[in-house]
Amino acid sequence: MPSLKTLMQGVGALDEETRKGADFDIQPLPGDDEVIQVIINGQEELPVFVTASDSQILCICYLWGEDEIEADAKLELLEAMLDMNIPMPLSSFGRIGNKYAVFGAISVHTTAIEIAHELATLSDNAVDAIDALSEFLR
Amino acid sequence: MGLFKKLITAVRGGAREVGEAVVDMNAIRIYEQEIEDAKNNLARAKQDLTAVMAKEMQAEREIKRLADELVKYEGYALDALSKGHEDLAQEVAEKIAEIETEQDSQKAAREQFVAHTRRLKSIMKQTEGTIRQHERELAMVRTTESVQKATRSISDNYGAGATRLLDAKASLERIKQRQQTHYDRMDAASSLDAEIGSESLEAKLKGAGIADAEKAGSDVLARLKRKAAVN
Repeated sequence: MPSLKTLMQGVGALDEETRKGADFDIQPLPGDDEVIQVIINGQEELPVFVTASDSQILCICYLWGEDEIEADAKLELLEAMLDMNIPMPLSSFGRIGNKYAVFGAISVHTTAIEIAHELATLSDNAVDAIDALSEFLR
Repeated sequence: MGLFKKLITAVRGGAREVGEAVVDMNAIRIYEQEIEDAKNNLARAKQDLTAVMAKEMQAEREIKRLADELVKYEGYALDALSKGHEDLAQEVAEKIAEIETEQDSQKAAREQFVAHTRRLKSIMKQTEGTIRQHERELAMVRTTESVQKATRSISDNYGAGATRLLDAKASLERIKQRQQTHYDRMDAASSLDAEIGSESLEAKLKGAGIADAEKAGSDVLARLKRKAAVN
């Protein structure tokens, strides 16, 4: 089983065609090389963070904080997120502490191509989700 | 179920000290020990199963062998009777009774082995289920912990200053702006392409003498000469 670092180096080495046009800037977080930050070109404001546990690789993209939600729109927002959760390709909504996120989980037995696909899709999902749900945000 | 509930309580509790474990280490150690024990039990059960199944096959073979013996001795007994050797037939009958007793005890042993096999298989299935469940629950705890650890690193890095994460709407605004700029550039590039394309068409036309051709020096000289002749 390759390490997360090796897998991510593999993602960085993919050719343009395999990456389907997405450029990745892949950097370990300073001080914690178990978390890798990926910036997808054109979407620098929404970095994707990749980390691995025993069984899965998690790709997480933060969306908004609890404090960005319109005061009386929270229930509606949560329902919209639940409704969108299944159709959204490869990603799901989640919450970590007081931050909402989209994330994708992949088995640790995966390939660089799968991860690249996941990363590009996740980043696009994040942009689309904020765009679609911004009416509930301050 | 056990750890799932604990996790929900821990995660929903939210405000915990930095570095505090999601589920106390003791509970995790107990789970890990249970998985370890279950795996050992499983390995032992597998060995036992192999041994018991071998014994079952042995008994089966023995029963078959004894059945063949029975057929053989019954043949002898019938022969002896038909030839009037009553005493010999009596002796053979005793031998047959012996074989039947032996066969019965082998059949009883085989039944025991079959039951034992069934019991071992069901224990193995149960143990495998326990291992699967504990491993899944432990994976949940570990994932929660690695996400929390990652979150701490991320907020340490993005806590303040230039690298601070923007709020969602501001991020979206910037991304859209950048995309717009990108599209504008593509538009500009494609209209430039179109212009260059039309220029090249003009050049072709001129080349073919259809549109205004470039004025050649010789043409100008001829014109000047005509002018001079008129004056």
